[in-house]
Amino acid sequence: MMLPPIEELKTALEQLLPGVSLSVDGHALVVTPKDLEPVCQCLKETERFGLDYLANLTAVDYPPDRMDVVYHLCSMAQKHGPVTVRVSLPRANPVIASVTPIWRGAEFQEREVYDLYGVRFEGHPDLRRILMWEGFVGHPMRKDYVPEDQNAPEAA
Amino acid sequence: MAVDEGLRSELQKQGVYVTTWDQLVNWGRSNSIWPLQFGLACCAIEMISTAASRYDIARFGSEIFRASPRQADLMIVAGTVTKKMTPQVVRLYNQMADPKYVISMGACATSGGPFHTGYNVLKGIDRYIPVDVYIPGCPPTPQALLEGLMKLQERIKSRGFGAAMADRQGEYPVPAFGETGLKPKYNPEVWQPPTQHPFDYQRVPQPKPAAPGTPA
Repeated sequence: MMLPPIEELKTALEQLLPGVSLSVDGHALVVTPKDLEPVCQCLKETERFGLDYLANLTAVDYPPDRMDVVYHLCSMAQKHGPVTVRVSLPRANPVIASVTPIWRGAEFQEREVYDLYGVRFEGHPDLRRILMWEGFVGHPMRKDYVPEDQNAPEAA
Repeated sequence: MAVDEGLRSELQKQGVYVTTWDQLVNWGRSNSIWPLQFGLACCAIEMISTAASRYDIARFGSEIFRASPRQADLMIVAGTVTKKMTPQVVRLYNQMADPKYVISMGACATSGGPFHTGYNVLKGIDRYIPVDVYIPGCPPTPQALLEGLMKLQERIKSRGFGAAMADRQGEYPVPAFGETGLKPKYNPEVWQPPTQHPFDYQRVPQPKPAAPGTPA
């Protein structure tokens, strides 16, 4: 079964979830941070969507004040997808609900986004760095991150 | 003490073989270099290909890739050395038996390669351990690796065994993880930062060509 076009998906979601306001930007469904949890739950549990697989979770840095988290959802049972869901967060303090309780596979991807972009996921079972080591300062995939100068002279 | 080539050739015709201890030992050593079996990135695929039947590193006596550093005397640093992997690479080198050699295979192991400006990649393994042969390429072909191996054989043959053992440096310090990268950034005993930026030759201002028509 094919998924409806993204505009119809948005209308269907708004009918299922009263009080939730969505918008469409290009191919992405744009969700406000507070609505993310119910929207994700609905996309997974509703039979006609059946988006049971989180294929990808990443972030995009838009300096100076925006940080987006992007979710790509697929259905293993119905062989359709991906659906792109996007949330915009304030760059200074990006906090978003974790989707690990919904899709277990989000755990490591959220840790990676936390590690490299500094987005905090509330409700994550084990939010710590995954690629960089413990004690590393900063989030290197942010566009204003300046890597160290490896050629800086070392005190002998 | 070297044996005169003409004299040796004459003696060989009579069935008498003359050699020196160093030549005999180095003949054996250079034709039985056992590499450490480890790869870090795509260069390892070329290294595996070199070891397989088509390119056949066994022709040079180096087919025995040892899974233990205690039994290896050549470390082929095949691939990108990330900052997170560096302490393990240095520790493996420390654990190898003397005299030991290092081949830096490919652009990444030599300088960081395409990741030169990245936050997570070491700009050359020669910052922490001494490197004998550098192989350019991204990745180097099996032929290039064999060429590097032959260069290393020449290097081994050019020095006496005693001198090679006397070069032993003991353990090299293993870097630790700091707040932005490794601490220390390099080992001053084996590497010093360049006084000039390595790519500065591209930025040296060139004299402007004289405008056409102006008298010389």
